[in-house]
Amino acid sequence: MQPVLTVENVEAAYRLPNAQEVRAVDGVSLSVMPGEVLGIVGESGCGKSTLASVLAFTARPPLRIKAGTLAFDGQRVPLTESERVPSDWRGRLIALLPQGAMNSLNPTLRIRDFALDVLRAHEPNVDRRVAVERARERLQQLSLPPRVLDSYPHQLSGGMKQRVVAVISTLLNPRILIADEPTSALDVSSQRALVHLLLELLERRIITSVLFISHDLPLLSNVADQIAVMYAGEIVELGATRQIVRTPQHPYTQALIRSTLVPERTIQGRRIEGIPGQPPDLRKPPPGCRFHPRCPHAMERCTRERPPLELIDGGRVACWWVFERLRVVPSREGSDA
Amino acid sequence: MTSRTALLEVEGLTRRFGSGRNVVTAVKDVSFTLAPGEIVAIVGESGSGKSTLARLILRLLPPTAGTIRFAELGDVTRLRGGQLRRYWQHVQAVFQDPFATFNQFFTVRRFLLRSLGILDDPPQGTARDKAIAAALQAVGLEPSDVLPKWPHQLSGGQRQRLMIARTLLLRPRLVVADEPTSMLDASLRVTVLNLLAELRQHGTSILFITHDLGQAFYLADRLLVMYQGEIVEHGPVEAVLSAPRHPYTQRLLADVPRLGEGRTALTTSEHLTPHHFSTSS
Repeated sequence: MQPVLTVENVEAAYRLPNAQEVRAVDGVSLSVMPGEVLGIVGESGCGKSTLASVLAFTARPPLRIKAGTLAFDGQRVPLTESERVPSDWRGRLIALLPQGAMNSLNPTLRIRDFALDVLRAHEPNVDRRVAVERARERLQQLSLPPRVLDSYPHQLSGGMKQRVVAVISTLLNPRILIADEPTSALDVSSQRALVHLLLELLERRIITSVLFISHDLPLLSNVADQIAVMYAGEIVELGATRQIVRTPQHPYTQALIRSTLVPERTIQGRRIEGIPGQPPDLRKPPPGCRFHPRCPHAMERCTRERPPLELIDGGRVACWWVFERLRVVPSREGSDA
Repeated sequence: MTSRTALLEVEGLTRRFGSGRNVVTAVKDVSFTLAPGEIVAIVGESGSGKSTLARLILRLLPPTAGTIRFAELGDVTRLRGGQLRRYWQHVQAVFQDPFATFNQFFTVRRFLLRSLGILDDPPQGTARDKAIAAALQAVGLEPSDVLPKWPHQLSGGQRQRLMIARTLLLRPRLVVADEPTSMLDASLRVTVLNLLAELRQHGTSILFITHDLGQAFYLADRLLVMYQGEIVEHGPVEAVLSAPRHPYTQRLLADVPRLGEGRTALTTSEHLTPHHFSTSS
């Protein structure tokens, strides 16, 4: 089976007024198979939302794409030349369910008219009744009453708005949905309903694949088939969800799993240690492995050479300590970063 | 727990907003006690009245009905002026939104110095500087780095930790922490919760307000579950976790995602529509 979406070596940076650069995404490659949910997990500032906007073709200055290619169903385009991206890829092939969902609705339009607007922009001949019916059906799946269609955004609660945006961004039946923290403003029960809608759209083949971006590892582990762990603009580990959760290899992934607090008897009365320090300033990321200043296993090599993302047990890991422990000889040499 | 040992005693606390047909009862007849050194978590979804309850207890918002008693100060529900200041010497807050908490015209140094002004006998000179440095270091902030900074130069996580440094500095007897980790990532969240747990070693009690059951279970001794302004269930953490009695608590617990191993866990869920539960039971 061929991947639906393959991106290679994406580099994107924010240009600051003083000409400095924040290298938010650095050398990221990944692929998504049909029917798959690929989860991307990482902390704030790790570049996951930047990656989402690059892949959804919504990158605007000061964000600049410096390198990378994107292949969709085998057709490859350079991401650096936005004019070469076929216009029907935006929204119809790849759609973004944005993070600030509540702020992406037009405050002067009723939901019904906004939904119609979105559809008309891509399908000029769409019948009004058909469009509204499609929106109504989707709203019901998210337990939203049909009256939502006649409401203005200010008449809806934050959670309702987030669900409405989820409905609108999937109205075009995109092949790939990029969901950027779609559940962050929802309580646990509404989170579950939204995730269920996405999975149902996937199971009914209305959308082919989902890229689910979240900082919430427990949530992600119940949605994603594969998980990519991002740290400071790079993917440090990638693998099947079961593998990432059960046998995390990278010290950062291990620390993330360890500091997960779930209401289980095991965490009560037991002290869990967080990760010391803070993520690096991406204006001048540390040399070598970017996690080394916070890593309990850091060795001399980690401070000098950037570890490549190596295939290990079917997953991928970028860590000198793991390579040494498992006696892996990297297929390509580490690079000075 | 008898009222003689309680640090904080809340009885019949009620707050209504609006009037006539638009009246909303945000907090409805809430009663509980908090012992010295105890950590009690108030959990509930957004809109359940948790933050309003916090503001009532902090005396930032007047209640419609009910009383708040605090140790030897007695009834503090209607204190004003110097008396209220006395209450605030003992009761401090760590807020949800660290962006709205700071006076943006003050540097971190000035903010901390002013905070010390609430004390009757604040430390002076080098003792003061040492105390400030120690509090900042305890939350992982480098004093020389952050003291000259303005609030807008700090990240959300740094501001949240600064609020905790402030409580470490003032050593209040009660900390009301309203979603104190909302701006923090998983790796820092545990660190901040551990800091709060350490406050207890100085005899400080904590009222920990959160929507995150995982955090509540990690930190608290007792749980109060709030739903539509009312406490619908309360008890030791262990008891509520192993045998939740109220249907709202049961659903809340069932919906919290655990570490899973892929997609199946959520698709098999049976309860996907929001339920409404009677709060009168």
